[in-house]
Amino acid sequence: MPPKYPENVATLVSPGSEVLGPGHTYGSVTDKISSIVLTQRTGKKYKAGLALAIVLLLVLNYAITVLMAVGVGIFGINVPVGWGYAIVNFVWWIGIGHAGTLISAFLLLMRQKWRTSINRFAEAMTLFAVACAGMFPLLHMGRPWVAYWLFPYPDTMGLWPQFRSPLVWDVFAVSTYATTSLLFWYVGLIPDLATLRDRATKKFKQIFYGVFALGWRGSAQHWKRYEMASLLLAGLATPLVVSVHTVVSFDFAVAIVPGWHSTIFPPYFVAGAIYSGFAMVVALAIPLRKYYGLEDFLTLRHLDNMGKIMLATGLIVAYSYMMETFMAFYSGNPYDRFMIMNRMTGPYAPVYWVLVAVNLVIPQLLWSSRIRRNPLWLWLLSFSVQTGMWLERFMIVVTSLHRDFIPSSWGMYYPTRWDWMIFLGSIGLFFTLFYLFIRFLPMISIFEMRELVHKTAEESTP
Amino acid sequence: MHGSETMKRQPLYGLLAEFHSAEELLEAARHTYETGYRRLDAFSPFPIEGLSDAIGFHRTRLPVLVLLGGLFGCCGGFFLQWWPNVIGYPMNIGGKPYDSWPAFIPITFEMTILCAVLTTTFGMLALNGLPSPYHPTFNVPRFALATKDRFFLLIMAEDPKFDSEQTRQFLTELNPREVSEVEN
Repeated sequence: MPPKYPENVATLVSPGSEVLGPGHTYGSVTDKISSIVLTQRTGKKYKAGLALAIVLLLVLNYAITVLMAVGVGIFGINVPVGWGYAIVNFVWWIGIGHAGTLISAFLLLMRQKWRTSINRFAEAMTLFAVACAGMFPLLHMGRPWVAYWLFPYPDTMGLWPQFRSPLVWDVFAVSTYATTSLLFWYVGLIPDLATLRDRATKKFKQIFYGVFALGWRGSAQHWKRYEMASLLLAGLATPLVVSVHTVVSFDFAVAIVPGWHSTIFPPYFVAGAIYSGFAMVVALAIPLRKYYGLEDFLTLRHLDNMGKIMLATGLIVAYSYMMETFMAFYSGNPYDRFMIMNRMTGPYAPVYWVLVAVNLVIPQLLWSSRIRRNPLWLWLLSFSVQTGMWLERFMIVVTSLHRDFIPSSWGMYYPTRWDWMIFLGSIGLFFTLFYLFIRFLPMISIFEMRELVHKTAEESTP
Repeated sequence: MHGSETMKRQPLYGLLAEFHSAEELLEAARHTYETGYRRLDAFSPFPIEGLSDAIGFHRTRLPVLVLLGGLFGCCGGFFLQWWPNVIGYPMNIGGKPYDSWPAFIPITFEMTILCAVLTTTFGMLALNGLPSPYHPTFNVPRFALATKDRFFLLIMAEDPKFDSEQTRQFLTELNPREVSEVEN
């Protein structure tokens, strides 16, 4: 189906510095965004994409079923590498989620207008990424059906979780993060669900959106409390998002394994999380704006800004790699020194050098504003960063463990096909949820776009 | 007959005036409040700065509730760890103190945020009286545009100054697009 608005209008009219294309009214932004959900037919490409995602999801279901029946022995993990793909994927996914919270919370506090059109689907991305992440530690436990033992409850055995362990901190951090992301996302959706309720023409849709809109009617008193709630949620989510990846990094840093036991881990992990998260936002935003003709809402300015954030956080990550190497030698600790040399020249050296190439060297292209404003280039770069960040977690988990203190306990880790199936399957889970989201919920916050139209009009009239 | 009439709710909930722009609504709301009407509400498709002040709603208790929620989470989160480690099931590990409070900070922090977030979300909904599947304004067909591009001002019938004729006259003078009756 040809898009209602010619795709080249925004690029012709706006030189790329606006956060909203010209000529929009409250009605036009409402119609444009709600029509994707309410009236547009599902395209062939959408159906093909969803089908592929569901196939991967079925692969995940199959692999999990086998895992439950057989046990974690089907993974490649063994002594000395007891943390394989499950933990790599856990850290990778939860890192991806962080950009969504950062966009919706931190940029709201900073009053950055350009966040308006990306926050909704970035928050959805967060939610789905956390769902993927949360799955891995449970699957990795061996007996997922007793996962509730991780929570403190007065059980008949009189036992409590070990509250001094970062793994228990992780349970609290990740479950708080999942709850907060869900509530923040839902609160943001309420006025838009009311819009969809009032715009829907079919009875079923009116009831469906009506139930979730909770009877929202845009009263001034409601808006007052709503805005206060948004601000408070943003203020609470910002330190939370930093704490979550800090706690994830404690899983490593509190252990005494060389390559893990390092105070640089919390900032290093948080920066890496934002880096990979923005790469994922870019990877999702560029196809969305193209297929749904949203160039007026997701302008080149957005891509440019996201490119800059990727560059900045990428440089923090690069600095952390350098500091890790420097400290290994400066500390004079032979185990640390060996760990770094083993990373660079040992059996997993290809992982390290590919990581340096795709995570540090190639993203330097982002210094060029022409690259940042070129959707295709930026899109390809985002995959480079995604791969890099995944390899980084592989490097941290596997190369640190496989050769530790005593050579007699050295060993190699090779992922099995089950590791791969669950990894690829989690990508299927993510995209299935995301495809359903863009079909059933407005992927751009409609009421915030109306507010943006209002503010833009106020600014242009002297 | 008379008994059943007193049981009936008042047929008129209020009068609703429709405006084209946020500025018109804001102006109208201020004027209405200055004229002496107190039971007002205004509806807009996005938050408008100053609109709640214009109808006489200045402060919300939400931040205080959130502070209390956060404090509850903070104390509760710490107690959750302190009690099992010191009273419930103390274990001597390497002679380290039972009350090793620095190790309890991460969970205390997470619980603070969790309780504050829950209070914010559900407190906002509760103070707003949501969910409310039915509201008299939904009886006005054009009110559906309040979530798109129109702006509405409501004067409720319970306002002491309300008089269906005079108030209608007053609203018409504000130059709205339309004035409609809201039935209960």
